[in-house]
Amino acid sequence: MANPTEAKRILEAALLASPEPLSLADLKRLFDDQVGGETLTHLLAELREDWAGRAVELVSLASGWRFQTRPEFQPFVEKLQPEKPPKYSRAVMETLAIIAYRQPVTRGDIEDVRGVVVSTQIMQALENRGWIDIVGHRETPGRPGLYATTRTFLDDLGLRSLQELPPLEEIARTLQLEPAPASIVPEAANEPAAG
Amino acid sequence: MSEPAQLPLAARVARLYGQPFIEIPQDLYIPPDALEVILEAFEGPLDLLLYLIRRENLDILDIPMAPLTRQYLEYVEAMRATNLELAAEYLVMAAMLIEIKSRLLLPRPPAAEPLEDDPRAELVRRLLEYERMKQAAQRLDLLPQLGRDVLAVSVWVERTVLERLPEVNPQDLAEAWRTLLHRARMSAHHRVSREELSVREHMSGVLRRLRERRVLEFGELFDPARGVAMLVVTLLAVLELARETLIEITQSENFAPIYVKLAHGESH
Repeated sequence: MANPTEAKRILEAALLASPEPLSLADLKRLFDDQVGGETLTHLLAELREDWAGRAVELVSLASGWRFQTRPEFQPFVEKLQPEKPPKYSRAVMETLAIIAYRQPVTRGDIEDVRGVVVSTQIMQALENRGWIDIVGHRETPGRPGLYATTRTFLDDLGLRSLQELPPLEEIARTLQLEPAPASIVPEAANEPAAG
Repeated sequence: MSEPAQLPLAARVARLYGQPFIEIPQDLYIPPDALEVILEAFEGPLDLLLYLIRRENLDILDIPMAPLTRQYLEYVEAMRATNLELAAEYLVMAAMLIEIKSRLLLPRPPAAEPLEDDPRAELVRRLLEYERMKQAAQRLDLLPQLGRDVLAVSVWVERTVLERLPEVNPQDLAEAWRTLLHRARMSAHHRVSREELSVREHMSGVLRRLRERRVLEFGELFDPARGVAMLVVTLLAVLELARETLIEITQSENFAPIYVKLAHGESH
């Protein structure tokens, strides 16, 4: 078996050469399954340390490990790209949030929460992105499809599991309209709370 | 810089999607130009209601239905007045608000549970759930997104093995020849008479055709229909021409078409 330094370099080469995240199982195959999962995880953690302070980082995702650029360099990288990356509308993001936090849900469930009809384009945008798919059907009239988020969704948002989603906030009984810093709207507290 | 620090205190009522939203307090004054922008920013009736509640800093668990309904209806009316396409959901919500308001006016049985019997309960539940999801969406949007905020790194891997340079391949020439021969056999007829065939004559013939056409594909030089003997003679002529460097036979890579053209310096 390769010594740890060498093993780390082998992992590095494999991860850098792969456009997709590599799972622990993939990485084990590099060493003909002669290296245990724990050792591998340890080596990967070390490798991540080795890359600290660089423009590229090693991250752990739902389907494995991936090298990616650090977000702070995105504005610069974008300058060289003719096409701007997609920016999803509030409608798309709200639909996505409902699916992510309340899955599995039908389109009807989403419409109940949002209070408006969910357009087919929204669902298609999310499906085409590979972020949601139908995982079953509710046994009600029409057998509507039940939507859930996919592993790609977790990967693309840098998450390992749904548990890493930002926690849902407890909603305040009263609050200022926009979550602006207190210093910007200091008069908020002085306003008389009606009702 | 967009913060409303310079504005007089009374004018600062709320911030709508990052912009200071200036209104005359207590009344629903909307600058006419701003209306369209504002209404398009709402994702539906629940969103509009939430905005009204949060703007007035109302207690969402104890919504004063009368002023809220009035304000909501004024917004909906304003939407209709400006010919904005009004989604049916807005009207459904208006009906619901009016219904809740009227039910609140009815005398309540004294022993009734305060919240469970509250006609507003369902509306409040929906508003809270929507607001929760709305905030979740905002936080979800803050997560670094592949393709938008981060890019997967993948170094270039040289996968192709060293490519062998195309060679002059006699095998291909032979193969092409065999094919022609085969086709000639297929179309061979029993010939009684034998043509006088001269290699030199065919050499000239080939050169003549090449002068007209500059470049010919190897197979075009041959006419299988005229029999095997003719093919053999033509091939001999081509090979002889090549030997005398009067023509060039080229092939860009293995199995590519073989081309025949006049050698440089040949000028007739």
